[in-house]
Amino acid sequence: MPDNPHSKTAALTTAQVTHVAKLARLEVSPGRIEEYRTQLAAVLGHIAQLDAVDLAGVEPMAHPFESHNRLAADIPVEGLSIEAVLMNAPAVEGRFLAVPKVLAEGD
Amino acid sequence: MTSPAHNTSGHNTPSDMTALRDAVAAGTTTAESICAGMLAVTAERNTEINAFHEVFAEHALEAARRVDSDARAGRPLPPLAGMPIAIKDNVATTLGRTTCSSRMLENYRSPFDATAVERLAHAGAVVMGKTNMDEFAMGSSGEHCKWGPVRNPWDKTRVPGGSSAGSAAAVAGGMCAAAIGSDTGGSIRQPASFCGIVGLKPTYGRISRWGLVAFGSSLDQIGPMTRSVRDAALMLDVMSGIDERDSTTADRPPTELAKTVERPIEGLRVGIPRQYMSDANDSEVNAAVNAAADAYRALGATIVPVELPLTDVGISTYYVIAPAEASSNLARYDGIRYGHRAQLQPGEDLFTLYARSRSEGFGPEVQRRIMLGTYMLSSGYYDAYYKRALQVRRRIKQEFDQAFSACDVLLGPTAPTPAFGFGANSDPLAMYLCDVYTVNTNIAGICGVSIPAGFAERNGKHLPIGVQLQANAFEEDRLLRAARMLERALTATTSAHAPRV
Repeated sequence: MPDNPHSKTAALTTAQVTHVAKLARLEVSPGRIEEYRTQLAAVLGHIAQLDAVDLAGVEPMAHPFESHNRLAADIPVEGLSIEAVLMNAPAVEGRFLAVPKVLAEGD
Repeated sequence: MTSPAHNTSGHNTPSDMTALRDAVAAGTTTAESICAGMLAVTAERNTEINAFHEVFAEHALEAARRVDSDARAGRPLPPLAGMPIAIKDNVATTLGRTTCSSRMLENYRSPFDATAVERLAHAGAVVMGKTNMDEFAMGSSGEHCKWGPVRNPWDKTRVPGGSSAGSAAAVAGGMCAAAIGSDTGGSIRQPASFCGIVGLKPTYGRISRWGLVAFGSSLDQIGPMTRSVRDAALMLDVMSGIDERDSTTADRPPTELAKTVERPIEGLRVGIPRQYMSDANDSEVNAAVNAAADAYRALGATIVPVELPLTDVGISTYYVIAPAEASSNLARYDGIRYGHRAQLQPGEDLFTLYARSRSEGFGPEVQRRIMLGTYMLSSGYYDAYYKRALQVRRRIKQEFDQAFSACDVLLGPTAPTPAFGFGANSDPLAMYLCDVYTVNTNIAGICGVSIPAGFAERNGKHLPIGVQLQANAFEEDRLLRAARMLERALTATTSAHAPRV
């Protein structure tokens, strides 16, 4: 892949990748951070070709349908039962999802 | 070939689902014998092919016997009565598990059926099992699967394509009558090409995504993977139509394409985008497209040269939009309500629970795409990547509209190569570039189908090559009628070889 001098990714640093892992809630070892840095830089380097497309006056298109919100009729419908909701929970206490303590000592 | 899927004569060899359905309705065979035959083939071949993660043998046989008893009682049979259908494992079923071939969901049981599954069952289909896939539908080879790689029935040293790998291999291997897959950037069409079957990505909004595990919500679409074009038409008829549970379904009635698919299109205009006939494609791929063009000419169609200059930019656009949407969609897997939860050591906090659960639950490709999407949506980069990609998306859609003003359907390769060997595209970017001819269909939200068109010979084995047809949004009638014309014209070529399973 030829280097793109205008690439936004030339400066993709270990610190940036570590920060992204944190934002993405992923626990990544230092070795893997370096691997991701190389792989992400290669993909981002390729994606830099978007910079060459003339986009003057072009509106973003977020979705294939550009329709407006479709509203459902305001009629109550039954949701999932508590049993159905809890059947895949990793830990349950009675009718509740069990989670580890959220606040550390002293918070 | 010994399975019942391969011994009725007529339309195609092996028999397609429509022929099997008609045979059950006519009483010349029973749903139970078809189902038992396919279960036997699956029992014999699945260890090696690894198409299925779970097979619901008892359920399938019971459902087939009910169809037979209805038939004996003279009750009218629904359109897919007794047909064993395989379901990709990112489509929710109350039967068995819905794992997305991921450790994250290895024990996940859905409390509901996807709308598509509900409609198939309502039409009499038998849910036969769940098929392996690239984890969370991210991949183009079927190698990134928690339950082991899927093998191509035509050459077991090669990949079946992906991400709907198991669905394609199951149909090609005679293990089911048909399957459903999902297609975010080519995940139905590319494995269909590699496995020598028909794979249809309908227009965005044709089939409800309710119960399809979300990957790229503005790109994802469920579609049929079948042995014939008419089977794809039949399945689309059954699955399509508005669904109140998915507000992105199109407000259109279900299609009725099985009625029209055999009718050729008079004066058909077939556009061939110059950019699709790249020298970078394998020579047999371009030869198959040229042979398809010749077949169309012989049928009286006009071949029209068209331009899609942004073809190459599609991959870049896709690898912004899809990871961005994936990073957002996959944020729901946090180890709290469902999915894998990591064990914490005393004193470790909630952040660690989230991060470790996700790192243990997701495989490397999924994590890579989450990282990519998170980066591109992060503060300071959003406009440079995401907004820009959405602008290019509109340009790509405009290019298609321009092309479709000069032709009815577009013809080109489905993939630049036939099936490649395991590990051949271990570099992520090299794998992404395989999708160059399929991603733009999803980006623009239009429809596309891959149908078998030829073979490439590698190491003494015949590998199928598919060609892709694309049509504008909601033009599936035109798309499948044009595909059926080509399928009929190429029968002698495409039936020359069969997978040696």
